[in-house]
Amino acid sequence: MNIQDYKGVFVFVQQVDGAITGVSYELIGKGKELAKALDTEVTAVLLGYQVENLCDSLAEHGADKIILVDDKALEVYKTEPYAHAMYEVIEQHKPEIVLYGATAIGRDLAPRVSARVHTGLTADCTKLEIAEDTKEFRMTRPAFGGNIMATIVCPDFRPAMATVRPGVMQKLKPVAGAKAPVEKMNVTFTPNNMDVEILDIIKKVSNKMDIQDAKILVSGGRGMGCPENFQLLRDLADALGGEVSSSRACVDAGWVEKDIQVGQTGKTVRPNLYIACGISGAIQHLAGMEESDVIIAINKDETAPIFEVADYGVVGDVTKILPIFTEKVKEAMAARNK
Amino acid sequence: MNIIVCIKQVPNTNEVKLDPVTGTLIRDGVPSIINPDDKAGLEAALRLKDELGAHVTVISMGPAQADAALREAMAMGADEAILVTDRAFGGADTWATSSTIAAAISKLPYDLVITGRQAIDGDTAQVGPQIAEHLQIPNISYAEEIKVEGDSVIVKRQYEDRYHIVKAKMPCLLTALSELNEPRYMTPGGIFDAYRSREITEWHRDDVPVAEENIGLKGSPTRVFQTFTKSLKAAGQMVQLDPEESAEYMLEKLKEKFII
Amino acid sequence: MDFTLSKEHEMARTLYREFAEKEVKPLAQELDEEERFPSETVEKMRKAGFMGIPIPKEYGGQGCDTLAYVLCVEELSKVCATTGVVVSAHTSLGCDPIKRFGTPEQIQKYLVPLAKGEKLGAFALTEPGAGTDASGQQTKAVLDGDHYVLNGSKIFITNAGKADVYIVFAMTDKSKGTKGISAFIVEKDFPGFSIGTKEKKMGIRGSSTCELIFENCIVPKENLLGQEGRGFSIAMTTLDGGRIGIASQALGIAEGALEETIKYVKERKQFGRPLSKFQNTQFQLADMATKVEAARYLVYRAAVAKDTQKRFSVEAAMAKLYAAEVAMEVTTKAVQLHGGYGYTREYPVERMMRDAKITEIYEGTSEVQRMVISGSLL
Repeated sequence: MNIQDYKGVFVFVQQVDGAITGVSYELIGKGKELAKALDTEVTAVLLGYQVENLCDSLAEHGADKIILVDDKALEVYKTEPYAHAMYEVIEQHKPEIVLYGATAIGRDLAPRVSARVHTGLTADCTKLEIAEDTKEFRMTRPAFGGNIMATIVCPDFRPAMATVRPGVMQKLKPVAGAKAPVEKMNVTFTPNNMDVEILDIIKKVSNKMDIQDAKILVSGGRGMGCPENFQLLRDLADALGGEVSSSRACVDAGWVEKDIQVGQTGKTVRPNLYIACGISGAIQHLAGMEESDVIIAINKDETAPIFEVADYGVVGDVTKILPIFTEKVKEAMAARNK
Repeated sequence: MNIIVCIKQVPNTNEVKLDPVTGTLIRDGVPSIINPDDKAGLEAALRLKDELGAHVTVISMGPAQADAALREAMAMGADEAILVTDRAFGGADTWATSSTIAAAISKLPYDLVITGRQAIDGDTAQVGPQIAEHLQIPNISYAEEIKVEGDSVIVKRQYEDRYHIVKAKMPCLLTALSELNEPRYMTPGGIFDAYRSREITEWHRDDVPVAEENIGLKGSPTRVFQTFTKSLKAAGQMVQLDPEESAEYMLEKLKEKFII
Repeated sequence: MDFTLSKEHEMARTLYREFAEKEVKPLAQELDEEERFPSETVEKMRKAGFMGIPIPKEYGGQGCDTLAYVLCVEELSKVCATTGVVVSAHTSLGCDPIKRFGTPEQIQKYLVPLAKGEKLGAFALTEPGAGTDASGQQTKAVLDGDHYVLNGSKIFITNAGKADVYIVFAMTDKSKGTKGISAFIVEKDFPGFSIGTKEKKMGIRGSSTCELIFENCIVPKENLLGQEGRGFSIAMTTLDGGRIGIASQALGIAEGALEETIKYVKERKQFGRPLSKFQNTQFQLADMATKVEAARYLVYRAAVAKDTQKRFSVEAAMAKLYAAEVAMEVTTKAVQLHGGYGYTREYPVERMMRDAKITEIYEGTSEVQRMVISGSLL
């Protein structure tokens, strides 16, 4: 392998039911920055069936080029045809870097592709950068439940590949009307033993907003005392127009569903306001929320690590403070809406 | 039916703490456990064994201490345990790890290979799908329910907002989520048997049919450039007031920040 | 001399601890307050193989040793003494005499389902007039053709009302004194057998302690355990083993109280610093920990003696005497170090202190243990 032959930053664009997943835009944003440092371009790789209409949106979000593999075999995500398509794209275009969202799809596809291409893959990166001097691609990720950070490089194999968790990078402001050249690539799919059959697709019924999309999160930890006290969080969240999230302890205790867990093994969030209630702030929790714009923490233990990241810390009994605070917020909101 | 379950012994990261002075990990005295997702995978295999009859082999790559994880698996009900251990395998990233484990698995008969989704020390979720690629078999990640029908396996596969009910011909690899099940407890008698009357098969470098360039540190495409502990942002203000004043304080701050 | 546990014992302890933390601890307070028997935990323990740990595999048990069983009672009692005594009474008093003295038919019919945990066992010796002086048995058994007819009553019977199989002692020949006592295996559904008043107790309140009533209770002849007249000896041998179980329960209670106290004194602040910074706290904890450790070795020593020595009465008596008194002392100190909170139900040490007391009383009071020990000296 002559690694000099590999050029360009590619982003795997995840689309489901013809809608692009947000993390793909975030990666185009980051890819653009990396491409600039390498003096090259960012290419969006779009796989699917009858999805050509999505190309403009990719261009508007910063893609310099688009590679489109449009085939019936790619209509619904299945590991093998997607891995095969990515493999063909990489073999033909030899990119230097390929980025994937660390989603249920990306974390299935990327390892399979990395094994097939024989190259390195770094999971769940929180930081991607190009070394100024050597132009080396450096991927930083948390390990040991977020207790340490490791910077990973891929010196002798290309492309260097990474997955990035949703919410970590920021998408660019879309430029309306922006266009990018689209290369339609034909890939031949031959049936083999690795094919699987999808018998059914069941959508999860959830009227809850994804906590990653929430602008305001009211988050509860073990200090809430019991699952019933989560109602206090719900009341405050409703008053503020936010959502309720939780620390891992409450999920492990069976108080709340896993899908509202913030942290290393849950979701990474960066809302405008994060109110941590009775959360001590174990490092794996901080890893998922410390990028929030404003953090308020309420905890009865003044030595709790959550106060180290909080902009405003209140030492006290969360179950006593919350009902009063919620009433005050309601009054303030009512006054404002008059 | 032959089922192979890959397990990893991991430090219980819930109990890993940072030395406040040096900022390094304190790993002394941190208990080692079977990685939770892997344990769910083992439970899934044992349930298939209870239901349909199967020979369950657990396999682990790691240092000699991983013996304890394999004994635990036997005490839960696994029939056979293999420890892949050799200095030559050390320092492997996910690529080299998966190529080594896949080569070890290739020596065994198997219909199903089950791995955990991810290990709590690395959280990469890569080794399962990579093993499947090396073995050239299909993989279904994030399995929440597993059913065997004839020569096929039917899996409820989790995505963020949906499930796919996926059917694959065996041999096939599945990655298990800890949500899959509640793993059974070991039995005291199982523990005594695991130590007193059962053997763990050890496979060293020469027992595993894998090319020299695909193992260990030198078979690893990725390298650790540096590790460091996270620096947290500077602490803000902190107050200790009665509940009424506390609420008032927070309201003021929200107004200052134009949140309300 | 090596004081470390083997790897299998260590792993067994890990198992018991995980089970206790997850399945037993969350229920402990509720069982105590509602005086409720932990049937759901017994079912989980059946699945996990906890109901026949030291019974051979061919009899439906786990095939482990007494030490592995003792560790189980200890870990369960650390978080819930009620759950600990259910296992102890079932195993030491319900299973062990059948294993030791049962015929092959009795073993198949009774021990196998008991050791598998499909049935629960109990032991009935104490009577209103025969406590420490067990020789004063009033319950009578009269042979009538192919069955015995039992009349009389028993009190303070652990697991009563919940157990399926009872080892019951009765006089078959009053003229022979203790040599006239015989042991019987009684099923809960035998005609003429009923459960009387349930006791309201100071501690181990989730454990079911009741009166047993025999009114012309028909017990088939083949349910005589051992020979006629051997009952007293069976009872005493069984209690030697039972005392090791209670000693482990006491050890567990003491350890649990010590752990709770260590946690508390680090959190609780007075005069601007945590209690753990006061020398009084430190010295109290040092004494508590040292006594717990001493109790531990007496208990483990007795467990090993049961498996390796023909007689182990003295080892068992010393273990129970010391562990029970340590449990009482440590839990009392634990309450004291908790201050006012320790006296409330908000903290588990209040329950632990109440639970500890019974270990100085049942299966031979501390005074009986002293009699056994001094008897071996003089």
